[in-house]
Amino acid sequence: MPELFELSLLEAQKLIRQGDLDAESLVASCLGRINATEPEIGALLARRDEEALEQARAMDKARPADLSDKPLWGIPVTVKDALTLKGMPTTAASKILEGFMPPYDAMVVQKLKDAGAIILAKNNMDEFAMGSTTEHSAWKKTANPWDVSRVPGGSSGGSAASVAACQCFASLGSDTGGSIRQPASLCGCVGIKPTYGRVSRYGLLAYASSFDQVGPLARTVEDTALMLQVIAGHDERDSTSSPVAVPDYAAAMTAQSDLSGLTLGLPREFFGHEGLDKGVADACEKAVEAARSLGAKVVEVSLPHTEYAIASYYILAAAEASSNLARYDGVRYGHRTASPRNLEDMYTSSRTEGFGPEVQRRILLGSYVLSAGYYDAYYRKAAQVRRLIRQDYLDALEKCDMLLAPVSPVPAWQMGHMSEDPLQMYFMDIFTLSLNLAGLPGLSIPVGMSEGLPVGMQLMGRAFDEGRLFLAGDKLTRALGTHNLRAPL
Amino acid sequence: MSLDKNDFLHLCRLSRLAPDPSVQEEMAAQCSRILAYMDKLAEVDTTGVEPLYSPVIHESAFRDDVAVRRADRADILAGAPATDGAFFIVPRIVEGK
Repeated sequence: MPELFELSLLEAQKLIRQGDLDAESLVASCLGRINATEPEIGALLARRDEEALEQARAMDKARPADLSDKPLWGIPVTVKDALTLKGMPTTAASKILEGFMPPYDAMVVQKLKDAGAIILAKNNMDEFAMGSTTEHSAWKKTANPWDVSRVPGGSSGGSAASVAACQCFASLGSDTGGSIRQPASLCGCVGIKPTYGRVSRYGLLAYASSFDQVGPLARTVEDTALMLQVIAGHDERDSTSSPVAVPDYAAAMTAQSDLSGLTLGLPREFFGHEGLDKGVADACEKAVEAARSLGAKVVEVSLPHTEYAIASYYILAAAEASSNLARYDGVRYGHRTASPRNLEDMYTSSRTEGFGPEVQRRILLGSYVLSAGYYDAYYRKAAQVRRLIRQDYLDALEKCDMLLAPVSPVPAWQMGHMSEDPLQMYFMDIFTLSLNLAGLPGLSIPVGMSEGLPVGMQLMGRAFDEGRLFLAGDKLTRALGTHNLRAPL
Repeated sequence: MSLDKNDFLHLCRLSRLAPDPSVQEEMAAQCSRILAYMDKLAEVDTTGVEPLYSPVIHESAFRDDVAVRRADRADILAGAPATDGAFFIVPRIVEGK
């Protein structure tokens, strides 16, 4: 008999619905697991252990007979610290928001609560989601549960580590340039960056608004699909959220028993990339073989502007960040310097004391590319290249139903190995960030191991085609034996 | 593109940031290296290409502009570094009596 925390979300949901499991036992099991693993992995920031237990007890007493509109009833989850949770510290892992208690819930948090989920804690992350290792948190570093000397990826590294270590059944992260898919890949779990506009950004602390998208991480594709089902949909408070109806993802996943009739495209610029690690390439090759065995047709496609994605992304994201982060001025919330000489000194000193080095670097770069004389050469040029990159994806997705590609060029690396050189860190995002430029959905699934570390691949699809990504991801992970991986912690 | 000291200090001013002088040289060098890499975009022929600033594919959703109270003043002020109970308080910006 596995421990309760080792169940999948759907298994726990089934037991609760049958009346064979109560919310208090489930929360207690996860809290025990948190206490056992947290000293080693450090995936969490603010916790609400007692409140969560009390909430579970109250829910058990008031349990409705019909839980059909409460799909997450009693399920313990965690959320990235970039999402506001009323009355709970929300900092985006930045000193500039130390002590900030938001007066409102993010839309996705409200939806989790409405579905009956019990939020246990906020997850550590790279400050303002700027980073690929979770080493750029102002508060602490998070370790990879598969090898605690290694990074969990980022920026949603706390979410991925927490899920992989079975501290919770699912977590919400955010993905601006790969920040859900890459940590999911490095920690052996599943994560989806939905189509831009699929999920409301209301209450997501903004980094780069035309890229940011909230999405779930979990240990199985089915669990991830259920979480997206709960959080997706239009929100009048986010005008970029889409009015397109949310399909039934569970039905989409069971629409067929194999991958026959589906054509998967392999982008040659990804598979031929000089930085692709041999172990990652081998695991990906096996996944491609598994897809063929499941009846999929596999074709090679091209994304010819891939080599320009990093430059385009970092110009546009820095520009948006410099604008978005202008709001942190020490006036209305967050950190204010102790003894400002005047108003301008208050702005400047508060920001300098509050923002970490990577955030400051991106604000400076953003100011540069938006400034007079450089706007056309950098910002406008990058936005033109963005259109070409999106067109590459649209052309490729004419020739196939979805793309299959590596997520991270290498498995999880040693902490401290890369953080000294920002440009080197940016290069690690080569396979993920072009999808954010295009605004399309990507599902990261575990496909195998390389030297004891998990390797992920991503399925990238047409706008709002998440259902078929879940279908393919579910079949592939079951065929590969990577369905419901748990870190050996 | 290489940033000299004056360029860098100008950027800091625009950004309302004042990195410690001991790290300014290194930060300027890092920014210069990153910007030099960005110059790679000049290789791409973008003649006649419309910039793509947002991947939103739906039309703007119009709705009636309805005033609603989403938060109480006290809740908003509770997170502020300094208030007088009704307003945010900042250092004086107008000299006078």
